[in-house]
Amino acid sequence: MNAIAEDITRMTGAMTADDLAPLRDFSGTVGDFTSPKARMICRNVDVHYGDKHAIKNVSLDIGRNEVVAMIGPSGCGKSTFLRCLNRMNDTVPGCRVRGRITLDGQDIYDKQQDVVPLRAQVGMVFQKPNPFPKSIYENVAYGPRIHGLTNDKVELDALVETSLRKAGLWDEVKDRLQQPGTGLSGGQQQRLCIARTIAVSPEVILMDEPCSALDPIATARIEELIDELREQYSIAIVTHSMQQAARVSQRTAYFHLGDLVEVGETSQIFTNPSHKLTEDYITGRFG
Amino acid sequence: MSNSVTPGVPVNPGPGGATGPDRAGQDGRRPTIEIVNASLGRRYRAERRFRFIGMSAVVIGLAFVAILFADIIGKGHSAFQQTYIRLTVDFSAEVIDPEGTRDPAVLRDANYLKLARDALAARFPEVTRRADKQALYGLLSAGAPQQLRERVLADPGIIGTTQEIWLLADDDADMFMKGRSTPIAIQRGVGLASLVPVEGGEDNQVQVLSTANDFSTILRDLADYREEGRAPAPNPGSAPESGPSPQSVPTLESDLAGQEVLGPDLPSHLVAINGGLVKVERATPSAVIGTLLKPLTSNVDAPAEQWEILRFATPENDRRLKDRVVAWLHDLGAAGDIEKRFNTGFFTQGASREPELAGIAGAIMGSFYTLALTLLLSFPVGVGAALYLEEFAPRNWFTDLIEVNINNLAAVPSIIFGLLGLAVFINFFGIPRSTPLVGALVLTFMTLPTIIIASRSALQSVPPSIREAALGVGASPLQTQFHHVLPLAIPGMLTGAILGMARALGETAPLLMIGMVAFIVDTPSGFLSPATVLPVQVYLWADSPEVGFVERTSAAILVLLAFLAVMNLAAVLLRRKFERRW
Repeated sequence: MNAIAEDITRMTGAMTADDLAPLRDFSGTVGDFTSPKARMICRNVDVHYGDKHAIKNVSLDIGRNEVVAMIGPSGCGKSTFLRCLNRMNDTVPGCRVRGRITLDGQDIYDKQQDVVPLRAQVGMVFQKPNPFPKSIYENVAYGPRIHGLTNDKVELDALVETSLRKAGLWDEVKDRLQQPGTGLSGGQQQRLCIARTIAVSPEVILMDEPCSALDPIATARIEELIDELREQYSIAIVTHSMQQAARVSQRTAYFHLGDLVEVGETSQIFTNPSHKLTEDYITGRFG
Repeated sequence: MSNSVTPGVPVNPGPGGATGPDRAGQDGRRPTIEIVNASLGRRYRAERRFRFIGMSAVVIGLAFVAILFADIIGKGHSAFQQTYIRLTVDFSAEVIDPEGTRDPAVLRDANYLKLARDALAARFPEVTRRADKQALYGLLSAGAPQQLRERVLADPGIIGTTQEIWLLADDDADMFMKGRSTPIAIQRGVGLASLVPVEGGEDNQVQVLSTANDFSTILRDLADYREEGRAPAPNPGSAPESGPSPQSVPTLESDLAGQEVLGPDLPSHLVAINGGLVKVERATPSAVIGTLLKPLTSNVDAPAEQWEILRFATPENDRRLKDRVVAWLHDLGAAGDIEKRFNTGFFTQGASREPELAGIAGAIMGSFYTLALTLLLSFPVGVGAALYLEEFAPRNWFTDLIEVNINNLAAVPSIIFGLLGLAVFINFFGIPRSTPLVGALVLTFMTLPTIIIASRSALQSVPPSIREAALGVGASPLQTQFHHVLPLAIPGMLTGAILGMARALGETAPLLMIGMVAFIVDTPSGFLSPATVLPVQVYLWADSPEVGFVERTSAAILVLLAFLAVMNLAAVLLRRKFERRW
């Protein structure tokens, strides 16, 4: 925490993509890591876990209404990078983050930046479905309630219903809202987690391998959902499945051993990768 | 290849022959399956041996627990009953309130001891000698006058009337009624018994003659008793020295010259006949001479089965109750005027020097106040410490040091906490000694490490995904803990707390240091009144010489164990009820 604080003391005030433009050249990434309608801008991000250099000088934008897929072999740092975007890494002891990450121009590692509103703006869906051991209703209502997003029970009920509808879960659970969320199937639990995330109206949703614990049918359901959610949110998704990345994302970033090797349009990455490592990974030579 | 090797004979030395297998692998090494099969028997034998040892350990452990419980219950169950004597008490106005004022102060200070004693004396008019009267009065508990006082204070209208009242018996009488004084054997008479006055004897002496050799059992019994070496040879002036052998007994004639003399070092024999009791002093197979401990109602002959011989196995000198007192108790028993009832006093009275008046109410209340305060102090502090250390504190050498020391504190002998309490709370802060407050503070010190350790492991067992989920929707760290982590960890914490409380409930040593070992009669009324606790009460009673305290010690242990069992059961049920699986 202190290390982060030191690193970010020099960074105050709002930054835009243009301010950061001169820094672009420092990155060794192949392809255009910027986005014309960027919502989150990351520049020269380094992450250390103690002595381990987990993320090396990564720059990447996440644009409005797009799904950015992050792929790469295990241990390449894609999840670590994702967790930098809502400062979930703060909870990891010995983790230091350097570089600049902004959300709508506001530096999220700024000393003034409070992580609580940040996480309300940048929601996260985890690898393993992790509903609270409470009722389905409470799972969704928890976020709005602690942030005070609704004024009364009626509004809260409406918000819960909307969120569950958006997550495509409403029809399945509307008659058992008071039953525990942990009693749902894996795919339903994951959609419940997505409903919980969108209930606080975030701008960006981070998804860390959201389908790795699910069967193909539930996976297909979630992928459909991601596609629908793109209308309203920016989505960054980490996945091990290249098919999934190809299906749901508009842009794809390939990570390798902490480096962001290549970024590009998903169609380009999967049909015509520029970098040898990307090509090897996509053609299944390793990974 | 396979049939060249005898199964079960290991050719390959196994792990020892590290250099062998690699080279032998090329040129005709035994197949792996044979090597495995050869060692299978040994492996299974090792497993069977281990299972057997484990099973024996469990059986031995359970056997000792069973013995312990059988012993405690065997000794303690009788304490839940108490002997009462029914007497007709004359609430004489002259004794209680000679001036007739009915002033409560006068009623309270009246001589109820005299009432009780008069009632007893009226019940046994034949007791006239002063020493005998003292012994008779000893039948009633020191609490009997208090019983009368309470009756009168509750209803002054009974003054001047006579009432039948069940009065508390003394602990010696109580022990006798519970069979703790001496084993009693009863032998029914076979022959026709006739009563003959003794020529030249005192007037309360009587001779009992039987047409059968009823009394030969007495002689055989005494001979056996001597043979076991528990009593010296026959008293001077008795039967010839050659007497002790059992064969010689039946040859004794019903001639007073060949009599056996019974003394206080020998088991007592009493003949119950015609409503009276004769204590046998000299015996032949068909006749005994003895003293009347209880007057006869008639002198007619008693037919078979209508009279009996009582044998008290413990010699009179080894008993607290002498034969004449036993005779009175026998008389009361025959009239239905003595009986055992459920001992409510054991649960409603405080400590007392008199076993029959001693109860565990004070100790239970003391334990209650102490433990309630201990829980109140240690649970929030322990949970708070665990929460901070586990979830908020930075991990560095200082918190590591704290963690190590908490674990060490859990292993510190409890008496050291007592010394700490004595030095800090009593001497430095001046908290009154012997109070539940200071006891609770000391026990808090003792249970804190237990609670902190249990709470930390309960927190650790909450999956990190729950924390991530809460943080992910924007809950602050404190909200994450209080809304999500703590509710999931609380059952584990409560379990730890209850187990810690159970340990505190059974703790004696530290409380000795802070004065909770004092003899306190009153039931404590608050956190600042002097008190003792159950285990200390057990310790105090176990130290008391009176036989009556032996059963009370065991009974108090039973109550303590019952509380511990209930608390542990509560811990198990809580865990079952709130246990969640992810």
